[in-house]
Amino acid sequence: MSTAGRSGLVFHEPLLFESSRPGRPGVRVDDPDVPLVDPVRELGPELVRDDIPDFPELAELDVVRHFTRLSQWNYGIDSGFFPLGSCTMKYNPKVNESIARLPGLAAVHPASDESRLQGVLALAAELEAALAEISGLDRVTLQPAAGAQGEFVGVRMISAYHRARGDTQRTRVLIPDTAHGTNPASAALNGLEVIEVKSGPDGIVHPEALAALADERTAALMLTNPNTLGLFESHVEKLAEVIHGAGGLVYLDGANMNALLGIAKPGHMGVDVMHFNLHKTFSTPHGGGGPGSGPVAVRNSLAPYLPTPVIRLEGGRYRLDDEFPHSIGRVHAWYGNAGIWLRALAYIRTLGAAGLSEVSTRAILNANYVLECLRDVYDVPHQRRVMHECVLTDRRQNEHGVTTADIAKRLMDYGYHPPTIYFPLVVAGALMIEPTECESQETLDGFIEAMRAIAHEAESEPSRVTGAPERPIVRRLDEVRAARKPRLRWSRESA
Amino acid sequence: MSYVPHTTEELRAMLARIGASTPESLLESVPASLRNRAELKLAPALDERALLRHFAAFAAENGTALTGPSFLGAGAHHHFIPAAVDALASRGEFMTAYTPYQAEISQGTLQMIFEFQTLLCQLTGLEVANASLYDGASALAEAALMAARVTRRTRICVSAGLHPHWREVLRTYTEGVGLVLETLPLDDSGRTDTAKLPADCAAVVVQSPNFRGSIEALGVAAGAAHAVGALAIAATAEALSLALLRSPGELGCDIACGDAQSFGLPLSFGGPYLGFLAAREKLVRQLPGRLIGETLDSSGQRAFVMTLTTREQHIRREKATSNICTNQGLCALRVTIWLALLGRAGIRRLAEINLALSAYARRACARAGLALPYAAPVFNEFVVAVPGLAGKLERLAAQGIQAGVPLARFEPETHADHLLVCTTEMNTRAEIDALVRGLAA
Repeated sequence: MSTAGRSGLVFHEPLLFESSRPGRPGVRVDDPDVPLVDPVRELGPELVRDDIPDFPELAELDVVRHFTRLSQWNYGIDSGFFPLGSCTMKYNPKVNESIARLPGLAAVHPASDESRLQGVLALAAELEAALAEISGLDRVTLQPAAGAQGEFVGVRMISAYHRARGDTQRTRVLIPDTAHGTNPASAALNGLEVIEVKSGPDGIVHPEALAALADERTAALMLTNPNTLGLFESHVEKLAEVIHGAGGLVYLDGANMNALLGIAKPGHMGVDVMHFNLHKTFSTPHGGGGPGSGPVAVRNSLAPYLPTPVIRLEGGRYRLDDEFPHSIGRVHAWYGNAGIWLRALAYIRTLGAAGLSEVSTRAILNANYVLECLRDVYDVPHQRRVMHECVLTDRRQNEHGVTTADIAKRLMDYGYHPPTIYFPLVVAGALMIEPTECESQETLDGFIEAMRAIAHEAESEPSRVTGAPERPIVRRLDEVRAARKPRLRWSRESA
Repeated sequence: MSYVPHTTEELRAMLARIGASTPESLLESVPASLRNRAELKLAPALDERALLRHFAAFAAENGTALTGPSFLGAGAHHHFIPAAVDALASRGEFMTAYTPYQAEISQGTLQMIFEFQTLLCQLTGLEVANASLYDGASALAEAALMAARVTRRTRICVSAGLHPHWREVLRTYTEGVGLVLETLPLDDSGRTDTAKLPADCAAVVVQSPNFRGSIEALGVAAGAAHAVGALAIAATAEALSLALLRSPGELGCDIACGDAQSFGLPLSFGGPYLGFLAAREKLVRQLPGRLIGETLDSSGQRAFVMTLTTREQHIRREKATSNICTNQGLCALRVTIWLALLGRAGIRRLAEINLALSAYARRACARAGLALPYAAPVFNEFVVAVPGLAGKLERLAAQGIQAGVPLARFEPETHADHLLVCTTEMNTRAEIDALVRGLAA
């Protein structure tokens, strides 16, 4: 059954600035019990601004309705199925929100004396130990604020490692053509050169292809495993051997760890350093684009280069140690997105070892089920068994003038968020589907039915698909117009 | 308990459809040699009641801004958060939404970020603002990288008044691509001396209010930067000051960046906070991170969409303006709600209250015979010299008062008796009186 539906009422809602009325009082802020001072007299006229014309003036109820109405124009995991590949849109447990809001955690000032931080540091240490165990690596930092910052940290540490050994000619990072765009961008931010590794016709990287590129200039291989085609890099041990043999290190992009929990440990595959995406694998909310959290795990050989500070347990007390000479330095003003990594710890503590393994086996079951139920109507570019996600293409629908973008938009009319589209780049017209472990057969069947109905429409009524979506609050957008003459803010003049 | 819903019947039916005997048999592409042989060694699973007990026990071990008067600042500020912020930001449609690539079903997030960008432009006095970055420190690092791209120069002149942690992050981010950091000293009043800039300088970085609390002469710094062909970057770790002080844009700065934690984000042990980055219109194609723009849909209605994405890593890969992928979406939502609730009069009044409290506290310190080493004007944070500081901090802590942040903890070379004190609208006159009594005793 399709879950497409209508809500009670969906309202039009202008911008905050358009609803604003001069003199409308907002949230009440009473005077303090010390005398107010005249800012101009206190600071001098050269420092004090006038108040901000056109800043919103709204009553509290106006604001509540405004954001309630905007929220109703969104689609979240709480609204429905979200088969977004490599993004792991799983259920975000509500109890984790309650935990992040405990006053004893939410009101902790990061510059407090360490004697007042013992509880939160103990929880951080607990999470670091759990991630080390899951990854099969030795040490973890929670400082990176998202996966891309984790990549930057990992590659920075690899550079520091080579430099400390006098190995200064290692300026190249080898990155498969299926990688996320952040991988090459993170290498470039470290001043390193990116060399693309072609994956084989079966969708995975072959040791011979890698060996032809690995040499004394190689700093690292950045590998995603399972890769973005949902395929396990079966030669990973051999790939690591090739890189290590050439003197380089192996970085794992942990975006797809939802396939490996309790099943296999990157540390056992020859991986030297990796990042986790807590907002993917460990259930923290995506929040419409963030905040993420991207802890990095390393072998002991890379531990001297971890970003400062690191958490140490000494004499039964935790402390933040920022005095180690080989560190790459800080990447965050404090110790990362604590409110996020606390939610991830809550998730790990809820599931335990058996629960985490079950996450991955069920995620793999769901992906294979969806693939099996759609392979007769959509083109499947690779015939290997998939892990937690699968990739289809629009090749068959192209014959009727229907593209991946059309299929994606039409899914909205059936009540679903579209899959990841046109990624990975190596597959033309890719539709990348990651159902996650959180969905029942019944939910998957509804989605499968919608996908099959769209495949049928593509043949019988293609204009219905190319004209989609019909149901959302807006129709297809003119993205070219947005980029040609960018309007990136409201102003009275342009209104 | 792993939030998996399958019934036994469903499992059987799904495996049959796939043609597999067990879920484990689907792992054939993972070589047996790589499979875990034992279960992960993790603490036992907890149900919801036990989980809350576990975290509550650790939470109780922390001292917080709620357990007694707190005068801690240093880039993380304890401010008022109206109840409506939590209520609205907790809505699942916002919290559990994805990045708004699929604009037709993401208009809520997109319009909100467009509003956020507008509010940040109004506050900074600049023409474009991005959809947010991780935190103030990395926003500053991105601003410096941006200035280096624009000027094709490599030397960044950084005020000694910059938050020490931000300075470290700036160094970590810029070392790999070969930028050089040079320090601009503070004068006796606690403000940055920008009189002598190297001719090949890419950017001048000045934080205002700076790490000593001093409000900087941003106009002077901008003039000096422009005289050598450099960009002027204004950073702020206390975004509320933007409601009262002349804006970086008005004072001639090219880029404004900083942390907006003060606008509705809980202290939360340092994160998640929100880095903002605003700039002159002509620099827009060098901005890192997401941008939301206005457009029309196919029926001619106004709508919002992610735009100018050819700057970003998912399109340009190693040639992108940054490696960043996420923004602090949920934090941007909180900031937008907070600013809308306080509104034009409210944020001004809140800033004036902060100013009044710091003025009261500074006068009380001076009356009690404590030296205020810097003469420059301040917003809500200031340095006070306290003889015998360590002992007094301990005695105040025993009374439940977090007196401030000793500067020597951040900068070991500074005076051991200098204390950075922050007063916000969360502090009362009685708290300040008790603080000053304790520091002067």
